[in-house]
Amino acid sequence: MSLTVLKPGPQTTVEDLGRPGYRALGVPAGGACDTPALRIGNRLVGNPEGAAALEVTLGGLQLGFEQDCVFALTGAMVAAQLDGIPVPGWQSVRASAGSVLCLGYANAGARIYLCVAGGIDVPPVLGSRATALLAGLGGYAGRALRAGDVLRVGKPDQPARAGAAVRAPQRGEVLRVLPGPEWPQLARTQQKALLGAVWTLSPDSNRMGARLAGPTLALDGSGELASHAVLPGVVQLPPSGQPIILLADAQTTGGYAKPLVVIAADLWRAAQFSPGERVRFAEVSGQGALAALLAQRDWINRITRSLAWPL
Amino acid sequence: MSEAPLTIQALGECALTLTVGTDLPSQRRLWAAWHALQQRLPEVEWVLGMGNLSGRFDPLVTAARLVEKALEGAWTHSLGGKFGEGRVIEIPVRYGGEQGPDLAVVAALLDLAESEVIERHTAAEYVVYCLGFLPGFAYLGGLDARIAVPRRAEPRRRVPAGSVGIAGNQTGVYPLASPGGWQLIGRSDIQLFDPYRETPVLLAPGDTVRFVAVP
Repeated sequence: MSLTVLKPGPQTTVEDLGRPGYRALGVPAGGACDTPALRIGNRLVGNPEGAAALEVTLGGLQLGFEQDCVFALTGAMVAAQLDGIPVPGWQSVRASAGSVLCLGYANAGARIYLCVAGGIDVPPVLGSRATALLAGLGGYAGRALRAGDVLRVGKPDQPARAGAAVRAPQRGEVLRVLPGPEWPQLARTQQKALLGAVWTLSPDSNRMGARLAGPTLALDGSGELASHAVLPGVVQLPPSGQPIILLADAQTTGGYAKPLVVIAADLWRAAQFSPGERVRFAEVSGQGALAALLAQRDWINRITRSLAWPL
Repeated sequence: MSEAPLTIQALGECALTLTVGTDLPSQRRLWAAWHALQQRLPEVEWVLGMGNLSGRFDPLVTAARLVEKALEGAWTHSLGGKFGEGRVIEIPVRYGGEQGPDLAVVAALLDLAESEVIERHTAAEYVVYCLGFLPGFAYLGGLDARIAVPRRAEPRRRVPAGSVGIAGNQTGVYPLASPGGWQLIGRSDIQLFDPYRETPVLLAPGDTVRFVAVP
């Protein structure tokens, strides 16, 4: 079973849940930027939640199915057609051999996940099939997909079923945040500006970071710190005064001030803003962050149970 | 030995960072604490920085308070703790020319001959403080202050793998081709990172590095 890339769109990569455990060697965990969308997409087609899938940035992907197969599109909303017939998102769909899937431009969100029954079968590197673009390892030849690439699909553990559907999660412009270590180094006026401003997502954002444009912020002091561990969700304030929200492919260490950290439950939202879209921060308590993470896990677990197929 | 000031700060709900001094004795204690913590709480991912140590955990599984206690305990016990001397690794470097396109600029900035820059860069012993930035990249301490130079005003879009550079009081080797703003004084064929090796990285915290000039 295989898929042929006819058009890759702006950037399509093979991703799974990443390779945690190698940060101390300088290797970012990487993996899907919107992990709930990957987990649920995989469940919709009967895969383990961490099977490798395609992360399609902003749409534009065209793909040929060489054999019959079941797939699902999750993540960003996109007008998609299978041989000219509209394909709904967040639902498992059967494609027959020779059919062609065409994605339009994402109309809500930035990253679409194409999960296929059996998962994308590329060789794992350091325990993961995720593409580390900067290091050029993992995924398909360590790079984004190009027209003509042929992707092997694994053998499904169980026969896949079409027609399974779940409701897409709601997404607004707000990201819930906790104060970061350098929050106190911002003057009151700067703290207010950071939390009060309506930011917009800059088009030079990528899998390493969501770059925001808005009022120019200034730190007390130089803002240069000794190199320290950073993680996806950390909001850095470089000398430009424009915040960067670190995403899945962020480097393992950084030296910029970190006034905020996006809570783990909202990390997927940070990865789904499209260029020009409005972004706001809202403070939450530590307890609130844990409650949100628990609620997200419960939601994924409930979907997983409801989609578990009797064998 | 007097106790260095110590702070433990939250980095979101999923990580804590212990910050101490960036001096070598503090960093030695961090190495010992890092090793102890990997044994004690392996479910936490421990990452060293320059004068700091972070632990990333699942806050629905591991209580932050437990991680904080472990960090405090490991730091306290690191005083006089045993951390074996690292290996000594020689890195052959071809200095100057196409391999080190900024050597002439660096020499001019310092008002030294190119050969003097090379002499000072190869004379020092460097200590690997920690890894980060890129896979296998080592943060090295020990650059001769007399050859410290600022970064390039205009970063390069692509620095070749193996490039040896200076930026401020730091020197280092790019493990992979990447964008970068360091002043490049040479290049090495040494492979700092190979995901298919049993140990993917060549250098480890605590190792000593010497640069050797080769033709």
